[in-house]
Amino acid sequence: MSDRIIGPDSVSAPIPVREILPWIIFGLVMMLAIYFVGAEEGATSIIKGMYVHEWVHDSRHLLGFPCH
Amino acid sequence: MVRSLLIRGMLVGFVAGLLVFGFAKVFGEPQVDHAIAFETAMDDAKMKADAAKGIHDMPEPELVSRPMQASFGLLTGVMVYSTAFGGLFALVFAFANGRATNLGPRAVSALLALTGFIAFYMVPNLKYPANPPSVGHPDSITIRTELYFAMMALSIAAMAVAAVLRKRLAPKLGAWEAALIGAAFYVIAVLVVAAILPPINEVPSDFPAVVLWHFRIDSLTMQAIMWAVLGLGFGALTERSFLAKGLYHPRLTPKLVWR
Repeated sequence: MSDRIIGPDSVSAPIPVREILPWIIFGLVMMLAIYFVGAEEGATSIIKGMYVHEWVHDSRHLLGFPCH
Repeated sequence: MVRSLLIRGMLVGFVAGLLVFGFAKVFGEPQVDHAIAFETAMDDAKMKADAAKGIHDMPEPELVSRPMQASFGLLTGVMVYSTAFGGLFALVFAFANGRATNLGPRAVSALLALTGFIAFYMVPNLKYPANPPSVGHPDSITIRTELYFAMMALSIAAMAVAAVLRKRLAPKLGAWEAALIGAAFYVIAVLVVAAILPPINEVPSDFPAVVLWHFRIDSLTMQAIMWAVLGLGFGALTERSFLAKGLYHPRLTPKLVWR
């Protein structure tokens, strides 16, 4: 049992998957938000025009996304 | 349970975003300005050359002014990005905690942030680095975006497989060896992907190298700040809350004995 001295030998019980699943919808909303910062009005476009692209322009560059 | 984790993740992401914005404003923006000065000089030169040939280019209309882009625009982008990643982080944590390893919530959160930083940002950016304005042809934006997201998706997938591999092998080979094999799998997988995907190099030949270097280092630092705050902040708060609610019982207090 010597290996137990250096690590916590305990786990918080996993949250059941069926309890997590309904919250996946929020994960999709998060991804959509990241899409708007990272790619909207660049390669693809949901909203017409260039306003979203121009508004988040500097963060898009600095966060590492390809930009015009 | 998941709800409180999600809210906590977004709040920690929001705080991380404020710090990232502060860094980006002080260190990143000057590099963006240098790059735009270079772009303007190139455009002016082209316009003069075209005018000499009798072609009159129209300057592009400015939808959002530079001061707005560099302040509220930057703030919006960084805060949305960081808060959204905080929420995603919390959902992945909800799944990983108690499953991926037998470590406590604080350590799970820190490891999740470290692997997230590597898989979501560092590796995709080693292949397709962040570029300041004036680097990159407008015509190639579609292919550049597709390749960047493909690299990111494959990197994340490889990291997920590496985590499963580590967990499966740990009982047989021991924690250290299993972790090394998982890491080796990830490194080899992303090296193969990076070797197959085509290179992109659209840096103008006379673009100042120092500006490019600083821009990319600033971009990296912004991500490092965000992931560090997410991993350490979310982990500390969650461990405290789990202990208080009796959801986590460390049977043995971890203690390093120095002999």
